[in-house]
Amino acid sequence: MFDFADMILTAGFWAATLRMATPLIFGTLGELICERSGVLNLGIEGIMTIGSMAGWMWVFQGGSLWGGVLFAALVGALFGLLHSVLTVYLGLSQHVSGLGITMLTSSLCYFVFRMLLPDVTTPPKITPFASWGIPGLAKLPVVGEALFVQSPLTWLALLVVVLVSYLLYRTPLGLAVRMVGENPLAAEAQGINVHLIRTGAVVAGSALMAVGGTFLTLSAFDAFYIGMVNGRGWICIALVVFASWQPAKALLGALLFAIFDALQMRVQQQATTAIPYQFYLMAPYVMSILALIIMSRRAAYPKALLIPFRRGER
Amino acid sequence: MYLEPRTKISLPLAVCAPLAAVVAAMALCSVLILWADSSVVDAYLLLFKGALGSRFAISETLTRATPLILTGLAAAVAFRAKLWNIGAEGQFYAGACAATLLGTGALDWPPYLLIPTLLLAGALAGGLLLLVPTLLKTHLKVDEVVTTLLLNFIVLLFVNYLLFGPWKDPMAMGWPQAAPIVDNGLLAPLLAKTRLHAGLLISLLAAVGTWALMRFSIWGYEIRAVGANQKAADFFGIPVNRTVIRTALLSGGLAGIAGVCELCGLKGYLTLDLSPGFGYTGIVVAMLAGLNPLGVVLSAFFIAVVYNGADSMSRALGVSNYIADVITATALITVLVSMLLTRYRIRWK
Amino acid sequence: MADQPALHLNRISKTFGTLLANDAISLTLYPGEVLALLGENGAGKTTLMNILFGHYQADQGSVSVFGKELPAGKPRAAIAAGVGMVHQHFTLADNLTVLDNIILGTESLWRGRSKTRPAEAKIRNLAMEYGLAVDPHAKVRNLSVGERQRVEILKALYRDARILIMDEPTAVLTPPEVDSLFATLRKLIERGLAIIFISHKLREVMAISDRVTVLRHGKVVKEVHTAQTSREELAEAMVGRTIPKPKRTELEPGTPLLRFSGVTVNGPDDKRLLNDINLELRQREILGIAGVSGNGQSQLAELLCGLIMQDKGRISCQDGPNLKPTPALMINQGIGRIVEDRNGTGLIGDMTINENLCAEHYRDPEFARFGLRRFSRMRARSTELIRSFDVRCQGLNAPVRQLSGGNMQKLILARVLAQQPNIILAQQPTWGLDVGAAAYVHDQLLAARQRGAGILLISEDLDELLQLSDRIQVLYHGHLSQALPTAGLSLQELGLRMSGQLSDPAVQAA
Repeated sequence: MFDFADMILTAGFWAATLRMATPLIFGTLGELICERSGVLNLGIEGIMTIGSMAGWMWVFQGGSLWGGVLFAALVGALFGLLHSVLTVYLGLSQHVSGLGITMLTSSLCYFVFRMLLPDVTTPPKITPFASWGIPGLAKLPVVGEALFVQSPLTWLALLVVVLVSYLLYRTPLGLAVRMVGENPLAAEAQGINVHLIRTGAVVAGSALMAVGGTFLTLSAFDAFYIGMVNGRGWICIALVVFASWQPAKALLGALLFAIFDALQMRVQQQATTAIPYQFYLMAPYVMSILALIIMSRRAAYPKALLIPFRRGER
Repeated sequence: MYLEPRTKISLPLAVCAPLAAVVAAMALCSVLILWADSSVVDAYLLLFKGALGSRFAISETLTRATPLILTGLAAAVAFRAKLWNIGAEGQFYAGACAATLLGTGALDWPPYLLIPTLLLAGALAGGLLLLVPTLLKTHLKVDEVVTTLLLNFIVLLFVNYLLFGPWKDPMAMGWPQAAPIVDNGLLAPLLAKTRLHAGLLISLLAAVGTWALMRFSIWGYEIRAVGANQKAADFFGIPVNRTVIRTALLSGGLAGIAGVCELCGLKGYLTLDLSPGFGYTGIVVAMLAGLNPLGVVLSAFFIAVVYNGADSMSRALGVSNYIADVITATALITVLVSMLLTRYRIRWK
Repeated sequence: MADQPALHLNRISKTFGTLLANDAISLTLYPGEVLALLGENGAGKTTLMNILFGHYQADQGSVSVFGKELPAGKPRAAIAAGVGMVHQHFTLADNLTVLDNIILGTESLWRGRSKTRPAEAKIRNLAMEYGLAVDPHAKVRNLSVGERQRVEILKALYRDARILIMDEPTAVLTPPEVDSLFATLRKLIERGLAIIFISHKLREVMAISDRVTVLRHGKVVKEVHTAQTSREELAEAMVGRTIPKPKRTELEPGTPLLRFSGVTVNGPDDKRLLNDINLELRQREILGIAGVSGNGQSQLAELLCGLIMQDKGRISCQDGPNLKPTPALMINQGIGRIVEDRNGTGLIGDMTINENLCAEHYRDPEFARFGLRRFSRMRARSTELIRSFDVRCQGLNAPVRQLSGGNMQKLILARVLAQQPNIILAQQPTWGLDVGAAAYVHDQLLAARQRGAGILLISEDLDELLQLSDRIQVLYHGHLSQALPTAGLSLQELGLRMSGQLSDPAVQAA
């Protein structure tokens, strides 16, 4: 048997938790912004994938790390724009359009990767982000290394949580986003351009998703693999429901999720039990389904989610 | 910009729309071909030649179309009832697993008994797998899109476990694969010296059967009514939950049968790459066909042409064969837009 | 009256396809007056207001506010010029607060922070000044209908509206709420606002307006000072002919067909939506259910449709066993169901006329055998029904979505009456129909009564109730009053009961 307390009290465990939570925080917030404006974005899985490749490729071709993050965000925003043209302006099924975006972005991503690097067998590497410590706090025993020395992208993720919260609840723009997700007709009657607000939300949300993707290649790992996003996008969609569409709870959900995931990995490494490793790998997906089951009963969906708004059709 | 509903939908427009969409998708993807320094005309000629240029090529394309017809039907039936089954990939493997369980020596039956049993078992496994998210939807209001998607990952990991663990075939030189299906469980070949198998007939039969069911039966009427307006369907006395569950069994069943056909007709033993995403591609097939079961046959054939053709094109020109995935994904989006344009007119003011 | 008009519409014309929705409409509104805009559904009122608000662009003509012409097709310009609109269907977001709903769109979207403090103070001031009490921090979903309307008015006043357009504002209010709305409106015109009051309720138009403009088929057919006209005159101008009164003969009611005793339906948070109600519907009678919407009518209708079950109490047909309603059960009991929500519940817009006509009986042996549908029989019956109920359509296979409102209602009547039901639920059967179509529906219901059916008529239209019903019961906050014979029932008494100011001794004791 292993010592449970020993395992979770190590600095490495908590550092790993924050590392695993980071892409989920970006992805969940991105999806949350889209859904708050009334648009489900099932393109998330593909946008994270192409984001991870785009950021990595930028750096591999000689660009800077932050340039890579920016480039990934730009690529994500571009496909967000495509999704909003299809669902907001044309009013197509958000389900099907989102799946289409995921298929298009992931296949395009792999195609481009293969075309740019046709003859590689082992994935080439880049130098990823170095960790940043908060001066002073980072020197604290145990907790210092666990909580205050992180990838700059993790710090960015935490900053974005605060920023999105503030934007949604304290600014006129955030009010407009919430209103078009609840009652677009009311927003329009007060002179708000519903289509423009929704497009803005989907584009911004998609950019965040792509940054979440590129965290994987620029910080968590140093290379791009095919299939590396591995369902994280879908997990983010479940986390949005779990968070009741609130940014602070989204952070909480992502952290909780990452704790369980980190725990599962530790147990897997240390366990002498006969449980095959595949079952540990299933844990995140099973957990997501459980989270959905628990929260769905009380889910307070944005009222206009999935409903296209067509001017003049009332 | 706004959309104005068309008062009448013209038939020629409705027929031409998907064709125009396919052409548009190929035109858009020619940018990628140009980027790879190849001639677009040559590339598409190679693509069509690779898929349809010889007896063998055609047989390969039809072989590829077989599972796509079935997964396309699975998506078409479910989407008709507004049941968003994105889990056909998982149901495909569930069907293949059921066939492996019963078909690798557990039953020593003659083909005329064993093959129907395997198909039925596969259908049951696929249907039951979809039943879980469906019951969560009908009884607990859990969104089925995410649950069916996540189940795909769980099922694949489970198959992974089986193939590296209890089902690993000791005769397979260490490869993760299950024991082969017994000879009595294999589907008969259709054409000499090709891989074409009786699964094609099964899938065509399924397409005609599904079409007839949707068109002539009261079950089909119930499925369409629930999909078109669930509240009104309830008001009419249609058992909504029962209909959704029935749809799930049918849809999951079709995907499961696809798994059995691929296993017993083509591969012969269960591996982790039995499906290169047939479940997901089925969604494109269904949308391309406008959810019409007979249309699914045509669109599955078209998608198979793209995939098979792209394989030979990519070998000849050095373009990555992911081009096939890009073309199908683009086609999905252009088809969506084209179908919208048959119902609405875009007005700029 | 001031010389400069607050609003002037100059020869506005607008066509949709072949339909001439507005035909050179001109009207002038002065500060400090209420102008009533009267007209049937489809007379062009809504189109005209959408043009004024910039949602549509007129083909011809111009709109000027306080002497300045408005640019066409710019909703923000109308708001900026001081035009405010209170929609019939409130445009509020339920999950947001009153404050959020009001300040949306009043600040630049790029401000770093919403100015909630000053906004709240301004709202409280306005609320005090005009008697529009409402808590700025309350979530809209927790407000009553009357309070929601106050929020809508505050929304306009907050933007310093000088012209207020009220679209059917009394449709959802109880009589006392109407009184308090009128008091607010009078305060507003005292302070020089100009108000357009859109309605088809003549009684209220006579009570509140200074002048009346009547629209018919997109044209102005009458402009008159309210003091110089009468309800009859306005009604005739609105319809274009004298309205035929439904011909109703006195009949002796027969045996009871449907009985509710002590029926209770609980809503979420254990609120009683129907509280211990009793009713008895007999052969050859029309039993009217009066009340302002939201007092339990939809639950009563849903019970009879089988869409919900009672939590307590007994429902029985022809003194049979207690029923636990489901749609299939109620159809089998021979209940004809005409629902308010034609498009969303009564019909499937994307399916064909044929499929909708056979919808409730699709499993009957007549239309299905061995699980397969019998198309030739369905077609034969549908053809016959379309002919006898005069449904105007492009053939049996046309989708229902293409039909007009009147034809949709005829389709539902055809489906229901073809079964010769004993019991008929008619929920708002003429809502949104023009006078001709409404008269047709009334005739059909009276014919069914003549034949021996019992009809439960749930309506918010008091005139309809008084004209058709033999007896009337009033729903208020889930309580159902005793049955009152229509003969001798005064409008005042009905109004008081609808607002809960008069109730049965039995209910008071409970």
